[in-house]
Amino acid sequence: MKISEIKELLKAEVVCGEESLDREVGSACGSDMMSDVLAYVKDQAVLLTGLVNPQVVRTAEMMDMVCIVFVRSKCPTEEMIELATEHGMVLLKTQKRMYEACGKLYANGLGGNGERK
Amino acid sequence: MTDAVRLHFLVDGEDFTSAGQASVQVKKNLRQLGIAPEIIRKVSIAMYEGEINMVIHAGGGEADVLIYEDRIEIELVDRGPGIANIDLAMQEGFSTAPDNIRSLGFGAGMGLPNMKRYTDSMHIESALGEGTRILMTVRL
Repeated sequence: MKISEIKELLKAEVVCGEESLDREVGSACGSDMMSDVLAYVKDQAVLLTGLVNPQVVRTAEMMDMVCIVFVRSKCPTEEMIELATEHGMVLLKTQKRMYEACGKLYANGLGGNGERK
Repeated sequence: MTDAVRLHFLVDGEDFTSAGQASVQVKKNLRQLGIAPEIIRKVSIAMYEGEINMVIHAGGGEADVLIYEDRIEIELVDRGPGIANIDLAMQEGFSTAPDNIRSLGFGAGMGLPNMKRYTDSMHIESALGEGTRILMTVRL
């Protein structure tokens, strides 16, 4: 799935990384616990979260993720946008809640295990 | 055999938002050295968790990364309160992190177990009131 499709499906707004919307991503994960993301995530390229602090971007960077979707209309800070831009990451924000956002993506073919379901 | 490449970092214990800067730098350095991506990920996650731990629990510390031909060693040293029961601290889900850290997405009791998970060996030496030294090795 392209990041641009995620944007459409979640009616999301692009916070930064507009130039990378054509990138293909194979899977995603949703969590507000960064320690769990670091523990259980393998090759997911997209992180959905409602947590807003710079460690969210650092965690995603450690996991080589390419896109973070902020749910529940959470808005990333300037510092986070700078960090994400530095790493070439796309930040999206959506009004949808975590459950619905994950469900929409999963139902449209974005799996959770490093490949399309 | 050529000498190891050594990277040294001071981890600032005052500012949680800056935690992880050393790990990001290590990641960049390892990329430049042409290390395989899956190795880079292991090293940077283990070090990142270690850095976060030092900031949460020990008021910061020092980190050294040594890159040899056959392995990467990460040494984390702090002068924090020490770990009372290492076996307990290694259990997934056990945490002594304060609530404000949990609200930032950490403190789930996964830090030390993650460090072990992503490295080939891990040794912890800790003395109450003196500090903690952790040595991790990832084979290349």
